[in-house]
Order: sequence, then structure tokens, then C-alpha cells
Amino acid sequence: MALLEIKNLHATVGDREILKGIDLTVNCGEVHAIMGPNGSGKSTLAQVLAGRELYVVTGGEVIYDGKDLLAMPPEDRAREGIFLAFQYPVEIPGVSNMYFLKAALNAIRKHRGLDELDAMDFLALVKDRMKLLEMDQVLLNRAVNTGFSGGEKKRNEIFQMAVLEPKLAILDETDSGLDIDALRAVAEGVNALRSPDRAMIVVTHYQRLLNYIVPDYVHVLAEGRIVKSGGKELALELEESGYAGLGIEDVEEAVGKV
Amino acid sequence: MSDSTNTIETFANQEYKWGFVTDIEADAIPRGLNEDVVRLISAKKQEPEWLLEWRLKAFRHWQTMKEPTWANVHYPPIDYQDIIYYSSPKSKKDGPKNLNEVDPELLKTYAKLGIPLKEQGILAGVAVDAVFDSVSVATTFKEKLKAMGIIFGSFSEAVREHPDLVRQYLGSVVPSTDNFFAALNSAVFSDGSFCYVPKGVRCPMELSTYFRINAKDTGQFERTLIVADEGAYVSYLEGCTAPMRDTNQLHAAVVELVALDNAQIKYSTVQNWYPGDKEGKGGIYNFVTKRGACRGVNSKISWTQVETGSAITWKYPSCLLMGDNSVGEFYSVALTNNWQQADTGTKMIHIGKNTTSTIVSKGISAGHGQNTYRGGVKILKSATGARNYSQCDSLLLGDKCGAHTFPYLEVKNTSSQVEHEASTSKIGEDQIFYCRQRGISSEDAVSMIVHGFCKQVFRELPMEFAVEAQKLLGVSLEGSVG
Repeated sequence: MALLEIKNLHATVGDREILKGIDLTVNCGEVHAIMGPNGSGKSTLAQVLAGRELYVVTGGEVIYDGKDLLAMPPEDRAREGIFLAFQYPVEIPGVSNMYFLKAALNAIRKHRGLDELDAMDFLALVKDRMKLLEMDQVLLNRAVNTGFSGGEKKRNEIFQMAVLEPKLAILDETDSGLDIDALRAVAEGVNALRSPDRAMIVVTHYQRLLNYIVPDYVHVLAEGRIVKSGGKELALELEESGYAGLGIEDVEEAVGKV
Repeated sequence: MSDSTNTIETFANQEYKWGFVTDIEADAIPRGLNEDVVRLISAKKQEPEWLLEWRLKAFRHWQTMKEPTWANVHYPPIDYQDIIYYSSPKSKKDGPKNLNEVDPELLKTYAKLGIPLKEQGILAGVAVDAVFDSVSVATTFKEKLKAMGIIFGSFSEAVREHPDLVRQYLGSVVPSTDNFFAALNSAVFSDGSFCYVPKGVRCPMELSTYFRINAKDTGQFERTLIVADEGAYVSYLEGCTAPMRDTNQLHAAVVELVALDNAQIKYSTVQNWYPGDKEGKGGIYNFVTKRGACRGVNSKISWTQVETGSAITWKYPSCLLMGDNSVGEFYSVALTNNWQQADTGTKMIHIGKNTTSTIVSKGISAGHGQNTYRGGVKILKSATGARNYSQCDSLLLGDKCGAHTFPYLEVKNTSSQVEHEASTSKIGEDQIFYCRQRGISSEDAVSMIVHGFCKQVFRELPMEFAVEAQKLLGVSLEGSVG
């Protein structure tokens, strides 16, 4: 059975239709890249899957792990194993990264009928996962994303993912704003988390990220629809000919920026 | 609309959990105020002549005064002749000698409030001077404190047993004619707490008073006086909850602190009086005068307050920094939800050389709440090398509430340094969504964000109080963001 099945998904923001019938099937262990020009609906798709209320689903269905995903509030989707690495991670002043992550992990564990981790066990887990991301421990005690550089924020997202161990990870423009070293570090973290039990959807504008996180499938999104799907070579093709090569152009950035 | 908006609403619609009325006989005098009432109160308390004279002087002055209207709060006129100015819970004997003699109804009330009397008190290391309505009925730990020379007990008791100390310091920081509400309090105060820590003594436990307003339409006029002699240290906690009432209740307390050379007083408050219902009906009017005098060199007074209750709060815990190198601090979290109004802040008056003050104020507004910070920093000519740092931040939940800031600075010495920072923010839908995407519920997200906002203040609170304050904030806000 597929982990995620998106059928004819339509979504609007305000009175504007952004997703105009998306079909996508993702199985465990697979990495799917979603590419497309600005305004094609990539980020909207990521946000809709995570349950952002800004977007209204007007048609279609999404089956996740055998359940009706669209019927679940965002926190339940997270607890069921969906993780969104945000394009613009949000700052929460005064709340330490550690505290935040422990609250998140324990909410998820509770939902799954597991015991909550105490401070000692949690710390051990965190220390183990930090190695994956070459994270500076100082960041753990700072407030969530507050005063972090762009690179630190993105690294922090992947670090959270490493701790929360989702079944389906959605990376929304994780490469944006990263220099090459940061990009490599983040990609290494992501690759270390690839597993037969986990699927990933990597949303990106540029092919660059896919040199580091090599996808199994590539889908090209334009004007709210998937217009082309293929293997990893499709990304390279795009790199050479550009979106224009497919007859696609950037449209005005959708309202979906977060 | 969206789920987060609903959360704000459920949060805002939280009922007051501590609204209950204890059914015990009250020994009250008739409504209204005149010289005879003042005399009657003084007589009931068997006070010495000088104190009666002091009350009468205050009363006569009060009659010439007008209720202040400058605060950013709105309420119908108060009929001061429609208030009962004294009531004391009746006991079987003249007065309880220990907890076994305390009215069981009263003890049950305390139990509901979770006040640690008896063993809980000992375990918690808290000495409780519980004020129920107007008369102290139970005091613990006194023997232990007494051995160290610390005097801690009800105000009336102090008047009987240590009249010279009381006379020396009463009204020395807040004169009986200071302001309308302080004058009223001076005339009719019923009881309160008194604490004296002698030279060089460090009070080994947090001293604590739980206030409770109970008998119907009874104004409560508490008087607290704390004196830390040279080199002494004391940490004092004041916490309050009140039962549900329909009519507004006036509360006009006065707190005076005196710190002599090298002495330090830490005064922490968690205020959770009945804020009124969702429509803004009922609730306590909390018009309080709190002031501390750093009289000695190197003395320090810290005010920390978490104000979540009352329909209207009018309160400016202040410091007179008289001694050279003295330090004043004010850390405040004020929350207004539904129709609550708060006009609160502090005054720091720098008189001595190299005096320092720090102000950290966090205002949270939800529902239709109106939250005003009003702060005055005054650097007098004599205050060479004085420094002040003020920070006031406002957090808005929803779009029907308000936050207002009125900082007043008056600097008369050019060697001083004054800094002021202010910010206003809203809990964003994006912040809540981020938390929810990580598996955290909206309610937990809101309380996490609010707690983060208040952290600087909470860490100034004694441990057990910090926990209580956090819970209180959660309860007062449940369902408030978007």
C-alpha cells in the first residue's frame, strides 16, 4: 500500500485556485522531488499536506497511511508522522529549542501510546542526532530559530526531523538561502535519514539540491498541475533547458509564502 | 473561522476556576463611612490612641481629596457609602490558638486554594500568615522565626506587641495622605501583615501571605509593612484568589517596604482576583499603593508581580532609591483578558549616588482587555551616576484588545544614563502553525509562546511561585490566540 496517495487535489487561497488537480503516489523508502517555477504551487502543496488553514481544499482526496489526511488537524498529521521542514522556519522568542523539541517529541510519543521521555533520555537522543547535522550545541539552548542565521535555521529544521523521525518528510525549499557548505551539511543530514521506512518529498526550484539529495522520482509542477514526471535525469534535463524548455514560465509568486 | 481563532476563543472563554463562596458567619459593621466607623474599627481592634489619631487624620484628609481619573481605566463611580468597611470571621472562642481551632469551613477554603498550611506548609518551607477577609486566623512558623529575632505576623498583633516599631515605620514610605486610595486605606485598614528582620539576619524561608476577599460587598483594606534592618534579607510572597461575586468589590491595599543599609527585600506577587465574567460584569477593583524605600547604602528592593486577575488594576509598585548605590527592580507580567483593564507600572526615583534601577514589564492583552504600562523614572540632581534600564513589551492575542505604553522620564543629572526599550508583538498564526506541525496542540503552543514572552519575569520569581504563576497564566489565557 502506498504511504501517500494524492488524488485530483484542488486548493485555493482567497478566491485564487493554486492547486488544480494534483495526483501523486509516494511509497515508503522513496524520495520524490517536486520542481517548478515560482508560483507553480510547490509550497502550497507542501503546506496543504501539513494542514495549513490558510489554504482551502476544494476538491480531491489525500490518503496517508490508510487514513483520510484532510480530515486531520495539523497536530494529528504531525503525530501520525508527517514532518514539514519549513521554507521560512518561524521564530519563537523565549522558548528554548530543547524545550520546544521535547514538547513536540513527547506529544508525538503520547499520541502513539509511548511513554514520554524524561530529560536524561531526551538529552541522550538529542546528542546522538546532533552529530548528524554538525549542529552547534549552543543552538539547542537558544530560543527557537530566534536570531539564527538562514543556514542555522535550515539545519535546525533537519535536526528536528532527525529527532522526531517522521514517516513522511516534506522539505520545502530547504536549499534556499544556503551557501554551498551549509547546503552540503544539510543534505548529508537528510541523506543519513533516508530509510526504507521513510518517504521524502523534496520541494525545490533549483536542481542544485538534487545533486546532493538524489531523488528516485522528479515531478515538474506548473500552474497547479504536475506536467511531467520522470527519474532523476529529468532534473538534469531541466537544469540544461530551464523551465522554458518545457514551455513553462514563472508566474507571479502565489500568496502562499509563509 | 480557523482553528487557531477558535483556540483563542476557548482560551478567552475559560471560566474562573476559583470562584466559590465560603459560608461562615461574618461579624460586619453597617455600610458607609464616617468618623464613627473609623473609631469603631479602631475600637474593635483595641488599638492605642495614637493609631486612632493617625486613622482620623487620614480620614479627614481623604474627605478633601478627589478620586484620581488620570489612569487609562473606565468604571462607573464608586459609592463609598455603600461599602462595608469591616468584617471579621466569627470564631467559637476569642481567637484560634492553633489550626485545630480554626473554623473548618475556612480550612476547607484554604484547601481548595491549595494553600500549604500544616505539613504542606512545612514541606514547602513557607510560613503562611493567612488573611481571610480582614482578620488573620492562622500563623505558622512563628516560633522558628522568633528564635532568629524575626517578627512576622498580622498587623494588629504587631500593633499590640511591637507598637514602637510599627509607629516608627507606619506611613513613613506611603504617608497617610499620599493619594486618594492610600488615604482611604490608612483610615479604615482592617489588618494585614507586618514583618521586621533584624540586623544581619537572613530570613531562611520565603514569607507568604494569601489574601482572600470573601464577605459580600466587603471592601478589603490591607496594610503591609516590611522592614529589613541593616544587612538583613527577606523574600516575601503575596498570592491571591477570590470567590465569584456579582457586584464589584473595592480593594485598596497599601504595602510599605523599608530597606536600611545593605538590606535587601524581594517582594513577589501573584494576583488572581476575580476578573469579572465574560461580559465584564463583576470583578475586583484593585487600587493598590505599593512603595519601597531603599533608605540605606547598597540596599535593594525588587518587586516582581504576575497580575492576571481583577476587573481593574491600578498599581505602581515603586522604589525610592535614597541610599547611595541602592538598587530598585520591577519585573511585571500583567495579563488582561475579556473586559479586564490594567493600568500598571512603576516609579523609580533616583536620589542617592550611583543608584540603579531595572524595569522589565510584559503586558499581555487578549479578548477585549486593555493593558497600559505607565512608568516613571526620575533622576534627581543629587543622583550622580544613576542608571536606569527599562524594557516594556506588549503581546496581543486577537484583534479586539489593546496595549498602551506611557513611559515618563525626568532627568536632572547629566551624569546619569537612562535606556528605554519597547516592543509590541502579536502571537502569529504562523507561530502556532509551526508548533502544531511539530505535534504540539494549539493550547500548548499558546501557553508556550506566552511563557517564552514572560520568561525574563518568571525567572525572578521564587521556584514554587513560578510554577503557580505559569499555571495561572495558562488558565487565564486558555483559548486565546490567532
